[in-house]
Amino acid sequence: MRARPPVTDWATDFDHLDPRWVTDPFPIWDEMRTACPIAHTERFQGVYFPSRYADVRAVAYDTDHFSSRRIIVRETPPPPIPAPPITSDPPEHRPARMVLLPAFTPDAIKKLEPRTRALCNELIDKFIARGTADAAVEYAQEIPVRLIAHMLGLPENDGDLYRRWIKMVLEDGITDINAVIQASTEMQQYFMQHVQARQQAPGDDLISYLTTVEFKGQRLTPENVIGSLRLLLIAGIDTTWSGIGSCIWHLAKTPPDRIRLVKEPDLMPLAIEEFLRAYAPVTMAREVKQETTINGCTFKPGRMVLLSFPAANRDPEMFPDADKVVIDRKENRHAAFGLGIHRCIGSNLARLEMTVAVEELLKRIPEFTLDGNVTWSEGTVRGPRKLPIRFA
Amino acid sequence: MADPKRLKIRVDPDKCQGHNRCKAVAPELFVLDDYGNAREAGDGTVPAGMEDKAYLAKSNCPEFAVEIIED
Repeated sequence: MRARPPVTDWATDFDHLDPRWVTDPFPIWDEMRTACPIAHTERFQGVYFPSRYADVRAVAYDTDHFSSRRIIVRETPPPPIPAPPITSDPPEHRPARMVLLPAFTPDAIKKLEPRTRALCNELIDKFIARGTADAAVEYAQEIPVRLIAHMLGLPENDGDLYRRWIKMVLEDGITDINAVIQASTEMQQYFMQHVQARQQAPGDDLISYLTTVEFKGQRLTPENVIGSLRLLLIAGIDTTWSGIGSCIWHLAKTPPDRIRLVKEPDLMPLAIEEFLRAYAPVTMAREVKQETTINGCTFKPGRMVLLSFPAANRDPEMFPDADKVVIDRKENRHAAFGLGIHRCIGSNLARLEMTVAVEELLKRIPEFTLDGNVTWSEGTVRGPRKLPIRFA
Repeated sequence: MADPKRLKIRVDPDKCQGHNRCKAVAPELFVLDDYGNAREAGDGTVPAGMEDKAYLAKSNCPEFAVEIIED
């Protein structure tokens, strides 16, 4: 990536690709919240950044003024690449979402738990004897890749292909529009071949479900099916990989929390929610559709808004001790999965994967520490990309 | 002796977005539809001894969709 001019003022010239932001954004957001709660930048053709929970919430709820047709801030906007329902606004949003929801209810997702536990243990088997591992590369990233492939009925060893597309869309694509277009074209071809195969011979996987499901007596168009598949693949992998990685990172550097979770496994659900709050992986975006004013800031049409659920989750007005990770926090209305009509459709799946991944790791390797430099992804999804740990 | 307060819960269907947090913290008090959206179980009356769970469900709903009515 080419060098970017360094940021001199976070309130008027922020850059979410700045290395300081990528490594440790929390002090920057804390400063913004008091100095300038809705920051802006002329970079990326103009972007706003609300850092308070209330303002993030206001934008998320206001689908009249803020559109989801662009949900990633890029230097050059690419042609629209629909991935309904995440890129849909009302009224198209609701039917596109309704067809997907039944596949992601808690009961539907619960059926994946045995496969998830087995998968985690297969991964641990490969590195446990070594005494060291890269928990991001060898563990966290493999779990969602294989589970989504399992759900969609795709070969689990196509994982390298998925990770390549995800990096092209979510990371390289912020500054290189050709990477987005190239990845979209390849995904289109890949999914088209699988959709056609399911039309001939449907199975019990999610692609078969999408090719045969009817909404108000109508099947989805092939473009709609492929768009939704693109969403499930991109949104279901990087995000959960980051979530799992952040849990392990926290436990590696915070022995009291790790020891407590080993002794009190019943705390796990609360702990997972707290990790989701403190290390929420996903920052969405919206395009300003019509001029409006929130908290004294005028949003100009055509510009983008970074919708930082991670920043909202660290707002002390909403969360007492917002900067502390309290693994038994009882009241936790965190926004890690978004707010309003675009609530993450895979939230139950993500929770299952994070819970099982941490539980199985702690069962097999109750003691571990960081063992070298950790690196973080940049852009839409934040999580460890290198996470060396040492044990026993 | 005065009766203890009877609580009733209600999920606002216009606010619920299916986060399922209420169902996770108080499974006895909520039911989910085929789309994963929640509503109160039965007529929403909170059985004695489950008041804490009802308040926990309310204070964990990201959409502020869970209401508690004190009779």
